[in-house]
Amino acid sequence: MDWLGVLTDGILAVIGPFTAAYALSAIGLNLQFGYGGLLNFGHVAFMMVGAYGTAITVEAGGSLWLGILVGVLAAVVLGLLLGIPTLRLRADYLAITTIAAAEALRLIIRSSWAEPLTNGVFGIQGFADAFFDLNPFEPAALYGIDPFLVTGRKLWVMVVGWGVVALATLFVRRIIASPWGRALKAIREDEDAAASIGKNAFRFKLQALTIGGAIAGLAGILLGIEQQNVTPDAYLPQVTFILYVIVILGGAATVLGPIVGAIVFQFLFFTLDSFMSEAQANVDWVGRLLSPSDAAQVKFVLVGVGLMLLMVFRPQGILGNREETLIDDR
Amino acid sequence: MSKRIRRSLIFGLVVAGVLGLAAPALAEGEAIKGRLVAVFAEERGPVEGVAVEVSQDGTAIGSSVSDADGRWIVAVPGPGTYQARIDESTLPEGVALTDPDAAELSEIAVREGEEKTVIFRLGEGTTSSVSLYERLGSLTVLGLKLGAIIALAAVGLSLVFAVTGLVNFAHGEIVTLGAVVAYFFHASPVGPGWPLALAAIPAVIAGGLFGWVQEKGIWKPLRDRRTSLIAMMVVSIGFAFAVRNLILIVFDGEPRAFPDFAGQAVTQILGIPIAPKHLFTIGASLVILLGVGLFLQRTRQGTAMRAVADNKDLAESSGIDVNQIIAVTWVMAGTLGAVAGVLFGLTETVQWDMGFKLLLLIFAAVVLGGLGTTYGAVLGAFVVGLAVELSTFFVPSELKTAVGLIVLIIMLLIRPQGLLGSRERIG
Repeated sequence: MDWLGVLTDGILAVIGPFTAAYALSAIGLNLQFGYGGLLNFGHVAFMMVGAYGTAITVEAGGSLWLGILVGVLAAVVLGLLLGIPTLRLRADYLAITTIAAAEALRLIIRSSWAEPLTNGVFGIQGFADAFFDLNPFEPAALYGIDPFLVTGRKLWVMVVGWGVVALATLFVRRIIASPWGRALKAIREDEDAAASIGKNAFRFKLQALTIGGAIAGLAGILLGIEQQNVTPDAYLPQVTFILYVIVILGGAATVLGPIVGAIVFQFLFFTLDSFMSEAQANVDWVGRLLSPSDAAQVKFVLVGVGLMLLMVFRPQGILGNREETLIDDR
Repeated sequence: MSKRIRRSLIFGLVVAGVLGLAAPALAEGEAIKGRLVAVFAEERGPVEGVAVEVSQDGTAIGSSVSDADGRWIVAVPGPGTYQARIDESTLPEGVALTDPDAAELSEIAVREGEEKTVIFRLGEGTTSSVSLYERLGSLTVLGLKLGAIIALAAVGLSLVFAVTGLVNFAHGEIVTLGAVVAYFFHASPVGPGWPLALAAIPAVIAGGLFGWVQEKGIWKPLRDRRTSLIAMMVVSIGFAFAVRNLILIVFDGEPRAFPDFAGQAVTQILGIPIAPKHLFTIGASLVILLGVGLFLQRTRQGTAMRAVADNKDLAESSGIDVNQIIAVTWVMAGTLGAVAGVLFGLTETVQWDMGFKLLLLIFAAVVLGGLGTTYGAVLGAFVVGLAVELSTFFVPSELKTAVGLIVLIIMLLIRPQGLLGSRERIG
């Protein structure tokens, strides 16, 4: 087996724009779930409306920069629409509503009925040329140290992507350290106690949901720009579950948790993927037991098992503080 | 001919197409293909020697003549939108398009690497259009059927929620498991090939066992650790994800139908064309739901279950073995879910993510009726089922699931406690 190749794939995946986008989306989810205690199971919808908002605006003749603004605003609007009816209710209602709304929205976007706007199942391609026009690197040239080489095109997305991740992290650190952040955490711990000192729990939760949603919207835009492509079937519910794994793995309610979680997760995920396909091709009994597509599914089984085990045995993840996680009844 | 018949034809043909991939398979690349099957009231059969032409914006791409098995395939140069036309003059005597206007299918979208299956509906060629009554009637039957399936699963989800407080996101996988196990015993090449009625027995046992095993292996230990319900919901998400993908590995991604019932002939009842399997599904579900109701109202265990749901501590202090009741509830949820899965597979197809797709409608039903209310879940299920199917009057049928989910969201806006729920449950 080609162990070096497996390892290289993993490391390249870790520094790639994909990880940056997932880290960014996880920062948004961490604000909602980690700090706010909001069980948003439809997080992927924020990414979807962000990406579609951008793509549709460009299609309609707007500039990419206007599109990004529209995408973020669309995510904010989605946060308000989801939050206002459900945030006064118990946590499980939010969970059910968000997952249902995300799926309903995806079905609508991919339907022939919405095709004039969204181009249905085919999605929208090639809307981010303006971004790549600004690329200071040589798009086709390879940068880096062998064997860790990336194209100039990818490097440009990586620089911008990780830059946005850094800014979002600083922003979250700032607001969490502020009185607003303390109130949000207090509401997560005990809503009645926070209400008794005059904090409007509903408003804080709604703000956390929409700010986290806007960050996820940016993440969706970043992914869309990187691929120059948005299609509805890239926004399946499993994206949300992967983001939960990332947030919990890194440490919910920690500033750096989403970044650490995204890096570790992506490394494990891609290494495992390469490992399984190598094993399927080269190890006799694995090849007999699993087809190539089966081998590619194994990682998803392990994602599920990993989420369960983490939640049960190490709910604080890598960086977290057990006191701050929602694992035990108080 | 009604939409219902058409839909079951589409369903049968798609399945036939998928199951028979072996036939005239061209090498890799995009293609458009299909299988021509004429369906009459009493019988159905492949149609041979019919020409199908594929074109793109007026430019001919290729043509094909259906083989003895009714199959045809035309390779296309790449992804894109194509049109396919059936040459009606080549149709044999007595066979015609059920909709004479549908000789040309436009807007066939082929994705990269896809062999797109398209369907020409063939039959006796009656030109009578569907009456509003027929359409309304058959959609109502379909809605009741979907409601009947959702109800079985929703009752289980609701009971588990009532006794443990857990909203189980892995409930859909019980449904899938039931259908997949039944498929194995009924139609798998390595299975025993039992009739479906017999194959349903191991499926139901597997469902009950699955409920029991997850209670003993996951949920009871977590309760003993005093894990919060939010954390347990996240665990159930992970569990569902693992089981779903495991089923995908074992069962593969293609939808499959129970062969004995795939293209069941339609009978007329009160002038409405209905496949008997749908009536059977509705009837079986109602009988089982009645049994569940009697169990909850009349038996000691049922009474104890309601007591635990009402107040766990009070139930425990009055001598009820709460853990035993919870285990019984899980077995019931597993059993009912597996029955729902078999019926779902019977009337539609068996697929690895069928349960997850149903789960969102189950949630809609449960919230609509009132989270934690068993009878509410049944009521909600039928409302959701009818809403989903009858909505195809107004919206394209690809959006019908979205309609069910929108009903859920609207309900939360106007009456979050649900139809039968009480206000204090939701706060």
